[in-house]
Amino acid sequence: MKLISERSKQVVTAGDARAVVCDRPSVAGSVTQRACTFCGSRVVLYPIGDALHLVHGPVGCAAYTWDIRGALSSGMQLHRNSFNTDIRETEVIFGGEKKLARALRELIPVHRPKAAFVYATCLTGVIGDDVEAVCRGAAAEFGIPVIPVQSEGFRGTKKHGYSAACAALTQLIGTGDTAGIGPLSVNILGDFNIAGEIWTIKGYLERMGVEVVASMTGDGRVDDIRRAHGAKLNIVQCAGSMTSLARMMQEKYGIPYVQVSFFGLEDCAAALYEVARHFADQAVLERTRALVREETAAVLPVMAELRRDLEGKVAALYVGGAFKAFSLVKALRQLGMRVAMAGTQTGAQADYEHLKELCDAGTILADDSNPLEMAAWLAERDVDLFIGGVKERPVAYKLGIGFCDHNHERKIGLAGFVGMAAFAREVHATVMSPVWKLVPRRARASGAQP
Amino acid sequence: MIAAAPVRPATTNTCRVCAPLGAVLAFRGLRGCVPLVHGSQGCATYIRRYLISHFREPMDVASTSFTESSTVFGGKSNLATAVTNLRDQYAPEVVGLCTTCLAETIGEDTRGLIRDLAAADPTLPRLIHVATPSFKGCQHKGFHDTVEAILRQVAEGGERLRQVNVLAGPVSPADLRHLREVLAAIGLPAILFPDYSETLDGPSLARYEPIPAGGIGLDELARAGRSACTIQFGDTLEPGPGAVLEQLHGVPLVRLGLPIGVQASDAAFAALADAAGAALPESLAAERGRLVDAYVDGHKYVARRRVAVVGDPDLAVALAAFAAEIGMIPVLVASGAATGRMAQALALRGVAGAEVLEDADHDSIGARLAALKPDLVLGPSKSYPATRSLSIPLVRVGFPVHDRIGAGRILHLGYRGTQRLFDEVVNTLLGHAQDLSETGYAYL
Repeated sequence: MKLISERSKQVVTAGDARAVVCDRPSVAGSVTQRACTFCGSRVVLYPIGDALHLVHGPVGCAAYTWDIRGALSSGMQLHRNSFNTDIRETEVIFGGEKKLARALRELIPVHRPKAAFVYATCLTGVIGDDVEAVCRGAAAEFGIPVIPVQSEGFRGTKKHGYSAACAALTQLIGTGDTAGIGPLSVNILGDFNIAGEIWTIKGYLERMGVEVVASMTGDGRVDDIRRAHGAKLNIVQCAGSMTSLARMMQEKYGIPYVQVSFFGLEDCAAALYEVARHFADQAVLERTRALVREETAAVLPVMAELRRDLEGKVAALYVGGAFKAFSLVKALRQLGMRVAMAGTQTGAQADYEHLKELCDAGTILADDSNPLEMAAWLAERDVDLFIGGVKERPVAYKLGIGFCDHNHERKIGLAGFVGMAAFAREVHATVMSPVWKLVPRRARASGAQP
Repeated sequence: MIAAAPVRPATTNTCRVCAPLGAVLAFRGLRGCVPLVHGSQGCATYIRRYLISHFREPMDVASTSFTESSTVFGGKSNLATAVTNLRDQYAPEVVGLCTTCLAETIGEDTRGLIRDLAAADPTLPRLIHVATPSFKGCQHKGFHDTVEAILRQVAEGGERLRQVNVLAGPVSPADLRHLREVLAAIGLPAILFPDYSETLDGPSLARYEPIPAGGIGLDELARAGRSACTIQFGDTLEPGPGAVLEQLHGVPLVRLGLPIGVQASDAAFAALADAAGAALPESLAAERGRLVDAYVDGHKYVARRRVAVVGDPDLAVALAAFAAEIGMIPVLVASGAATGRMAQALALRGVAGAEVLEDADHDSIGARLAALKPDLVLGPSKSYPATRSLSIPLVRVGFPVHDRIGAGRILHLGYRGTQRLFDEVVNTLLGHAQDLSETGYAYL
């Protein structure tokens, strides 16, 4: 695969002494899988179900982010709507502040949200709207937090959007009453309750005797987030998006944090033990041991059965953040599978170093890859499975390769011990399908084509 | 009754997407073309994702990846880098460049940039440019503006040829394939443009194609200025992209509605047969005969049933006319686009009494559905939440259809498309009533 010259240092193989060059803007014309700053902010804040999410910009930004994710809510479903100031030519000429103010005045009394987030976009950034001032006015008028999110698309990468979202959350945190929060209490950061995953994790924590104060942002509630500073520990799952918030909470409120992943048996058990050890409470530790034993025992037979078919199969993965990549490499290994290529949109240098250690020598590691590169590697390494999101799916399917969605749009929970069983079934369902015998890539070998 | 959607400061659950998406779709119908979106890279990524959710096909769309400094100083160097990288990776015949709201608002002189670029490096692929700011219009406008921009920049005049241009609009790959079949049956050489029937509904491959095979080539399109006429589908187009060929090269424009229903298909196919100086082929007459026979078999199941139609303006008008043709009562015809011509187009098609909503969002459409309580909705997947809450069956048509498989294979056009549509409409109504009935007969 001949890389674009500017990208040549963004791809290495495990075992290589070279470090991956990363954390840089995508090169123009390289069909990057990354989106923009707005996307980063939108994904982080989106699951807060009782907030009004108003996209201040043209129709596209709102349309493309309307109810596309599997982030479930146990109560209000406001987040599943697409609210938009629908900026048109008139506002481009005369400014969009008045329309924004009118939009908030129309929407807040109807939907009665606990807070409103106003997302700035490229267009409203470049026409110079003072979104902050409008938000201040609306907050005073309606008595709820109306929080501007500095998510203009051109500001940087998705990561800048994560920071902007975290900055928005910091305006809520610390404004609620922390009375009644116990010593064994946590916030969950960076789980978005895809297909109800946070309920699985919360269930585990409850069984351990640990109280969850706020989940950010899966099944999130404004009032919970306002009192999040009362928790005694932050559990950070999607490290890329939420570590900055955890750091801020550590500095400002002295709340320590742990970076974990709930994907895969190994990582999920490690995560729960880490929380238990943090509280240094013997009873919690005992309950955690029992939980891990019980849950693992329920899942292992399922995995053993599926592993018989999957042993020796080859996978490739391309995901948003590096922590998910770590977990997936381990989870696939538990299924007897080898990873031939692992890439991320937003990994940092240390992440890639860790991936190198984790992966077999020769595994391709790529930062900010594109369809042509990935398609070439999938074919070259003759993989049986590709793991990614919606934009990666057609690359795999066009080539007749199995695919598993591990992104935010999926409707199947993959976190926790039960999630690992679901993941194993997903992988098995695609890798072992008889349809591959008919695709051109395999047809000659199987004799299905004349 | 004609009601305009109330002008509101906020849109709730939009019924349209932005113009660059329409541009990308149109560029996919050009052979050897890579679409390039000039602006922030999120625009390209979101458009790719949205189109993939519908077509389930590879969708390599590049971006000039604006940063804060390109927003201040212009995207010239980003454009040069992007086009160079595309040449090296994709070896395109042509790059389809559409500008986003960001590039348009900072006053980028895209035409000038393209000129400079071509002058500086003659090895670069040809660039075709269309202005598609997201704050103007929607995907429908973006699509037709792009078709017009391509025709304007590519078509050449000259001696007349025995061929026609067919501009079908943003129809499905299956529709395009069917039209090609019809044209072949009539024996009429035609430039069917844009033609993404292969690029967006291709076969399983052993090797990834950087640019999917298929589409109309620049060489073919250059001859569009020499066709005997241009047949353009779309009731609300005024005058539509085909007019540019009339203006520049004197190619007469024949404007027709989308051929959905017997009468609209008759008109469209007669126009094609006229242009060919041939009679309607036997195969089409047979399809027409079967369709009319099916209408007879099913007419009582649909009689006086009230239907709402949601979609692109031209599709919505054509579907409403089809519904009226089979004895249903169109009560609501709604679109996210703002053409201002839907009511008139419906009147010309003889559809009376339907409420028309233009520039509507799904919130306002949902409110009208709740009030009107139709028996059936014809619309995209985005109509599902409203129809679900009201227990109204939904027949999925148009764009986007991303809660089902096979969106690209939905055939809407011609006698055959109408046949499929009619069967699905009847069966959906029968099935809905059957599910709700206490007896649950298996014999209806």
